[in-house]
Amino acid sequence: MSAEVRIPTILRPYTKEQKSVNAEGENLSAIITNLDSQYPGLGERLLENGALRRFINIYINDEDVRFLGGLDAQIKAGDSVTILPAVAGG
Amino acid sequence: MTLEISQKMVDAIIEQSRVEYPDECCGAILGPIGSGKPVRLKPMVNAAHSPTFYEFDPKDLLALYREADDNDEEIVVIYHSHTETQAYPSRTDIAYAGEPGAHYVLVSTRKEIAPATEFRSYRIVDGVVTEEKVSITE
Repeated sequence: MSAEVRIPTILRPYTKEQKSVNAEGENLSAIITNLDSQYPGLGERLLENGALRRFINIYINDEDVRFLGGLDAQIKAGDSVTILPAVAGG
Repeated sequence: MTLEISQKMVDAIIEQSRVEYPDECCGAILGPIGSGKPVRLKPMVNAAHSPTFYEFDPKDLLALYREADDNDEEIVVIYHSHTETQAYPSRTDIAYAGEPGAHYVLVSTRKEIAPATEFRSYRIVDGVVTEEKVSITE
């Protein structure tokens, strides 16, 4: 499946400043693998020890992937994936 | 680099920090893309409900970005309060700062400086903090 992935400003240096890119995959894990093969280094900014990073939010359409099975979340054709860094601190 | 911000918004942020004390308060100010002008104040819920940590709720965060997109706006300012320490970015503030284009505003509600205002602004890019001047307008 092909999905549109919206890239936040802080990660655009990996995507040649593109705000939105396309990625292929049946689930979020495959999408991230595909993104990293197109834009090396991007995967590491999203994953830590194979799990989603705590302070990166990823959404499929309007839903936080944490409520959709995380890396196993299914991707359907035409889905929109949005990556946003958490706004957080101490 | 200078942050120009209205007295009304400064007052509103300081008031929010007092109301939400002893928790940290947080929010954002949106402005037209590329303008650098903070125009629309968006107080946010601190999903961490903590005196030492703040986090925009992930669902509210998405809604905020969608709203900004729909209005050709961007996040110009991200603000939060420190409850017992000075208005300077903490180690976690620096580690999680994810908007290189935003002004990071810190206010402090610590008792020994109240009611004096501590309202400061920074850029946080690649782990480097640069304080900038705050110019308060009518």
